[in-house]
Amino acid sequence: MSASIQVELWQVAASLVLVALAAAISFWQRAGLERDIVVATVRSIVQLTLVGYAIKLIFDVDSIWLVLLLLAVMVFFGAITARHRADKVPSSFGPLLIALALAGASTLGLVVALGIFDPTPRYLVPVGGMVIGNAMTASAVALNRLGDEMADARARIEATLALGATAREAAAPTVRRSLRSGMITLVDSTKTTGLIFFPGTMVGMLLAGASPTDAVRLQLILLYTLLGSVSISALVATLLAYRNFFTPAAQLREP
Amino acid sequence: MLFELRDVGLDRGGRAVLDSFSAAIPEGATAIVGPSGAGKSTLLRLLNRLADPGRGEIAYRGRPITSYEPLALRREVALVPQLPALLEGTVESNLRYAAELAGEPLEVDETLRRAGLDPSFAGRDVAKLSVGEQQRAMLARALAQRPAVLLLDEPTSALDHAARDAVEATLARLRSESNLSLVLVSHDPEQARRLGDRVLEMPA
Repeated sequence: MSASIQVELWQVAASLVLVALAAAISFWQRAGLERDIVVATVRSIVQLTLVGYAIKLIFDVDSIWLVLLLLAVMVFFGAITARHRADKVPSSFGPLLIALALAGASTLGLVVALGIFDPTPRYLVPVGGMVIGNAMTASAVALNRLGDEMADARARIEATLALGATAREAAAPTVRRSLRSGMITLVDSTKTTGLIFFPGTMVGMLLAGASPTDAVRLQLILLYTLLGSVSISALVATLLAYRNFFTPAAQLREP
Repeated sequence: MLFELRDVGLDRGGRAVLDSFSAAIPEGATAIVGPSGAGKSTLLRLLNRLADPGRGEIAYRGRPITSYEPLALRREVALVPQLPALLEGTVESNLRYAAELAGEPLEVDETLRRAGLDPSFAGRDVAKLSVGEQQRAMLARALAQRPAVLLLDEPTSALDHAARDAVEATLARLRSESNLSLVLVSHDPEQARRLGDRVLEMPA
């Protein structure tokens, strides 16, 4: 794990040739993406450079509180980002914030408690970023589906409420399908991992000179950690968010 | 008095769906007629608290309707919506779900027969039923809860004449067999007269 390599600036600059190629293809085929490609390239340079310095600072200061603050900021902005995908769910920010916070805290807490990773910035920052990022995607997909399904299933849900079912009982099939769609992407990509694509961590470690055995082991730990985080965030987000469609008297709110 | 409504009003999207509506609905069979958009379906939804009015008061058996626990009220005052919306599965699984919610024993054949369906429908997949059959399965599902009041929203709107006559006969038989009260919404004044002991007209 101590392997490290030097990447020179000229190497980064040389890789921009491929950006030029992408822009050329877009121009030649009139795909109209040249501007977006330039914006994406500039943003990636600025954002990643800033994050690189931020992470370096956090590593140098080596304070667990600074790490927790960074993770809290990630959770907050993750919830804001996910809310845009969940625009058909009333007041989705609260459920998303709680889902991301719980997913991050419980999975990071578990891997530290089991002794898999040390509670140091070097582990918590990158792993936390992956955990929260994947939790964000999963909860956004789940709530996006929930919003669509609740709209489609209005008649069936109200007919079930009319039988004296609770809001939870009436929404159960909808909640189940939403949870499933939040989790399925990662479950599927975990099935095909290594066959169709090499996951990023493993690629990074191999490039950095680590042994393939170490790279694979670390990648497996991360995949399983992400499965846990994705399940928790999709579950918590859907279970909290479906309630916002109902009044306390188990009535469907007007859309 | 079964239901009493005083100055009931409800807005939706800035428009009054119901405005200052007052009525008394006694036990027995009451048919509600009125032009489309008069708020007939909304009125039924107010009677088992699928919605609450923005203004006015509703009483059920002399007590404010909000003083009843909503889930228990809905098992006692069953609503059969205009559009069938069964749960995935068989007719029998739908009946069983409803009966279990109400804590009532279920006699599948008897319940189907009361709704005018042959007992062979029990094992049928609801997705493969015609709309008319689904409507009767919805009625059977409501009956599986042994409600005291049945709220029916256009119970024959999706049916041809033969099926309509069958459902009307079913409803007439239900009334003579039990002391079930019916509140029925219809756009057809003839049907309202055939099925209701009294007809309540809603203004446009």
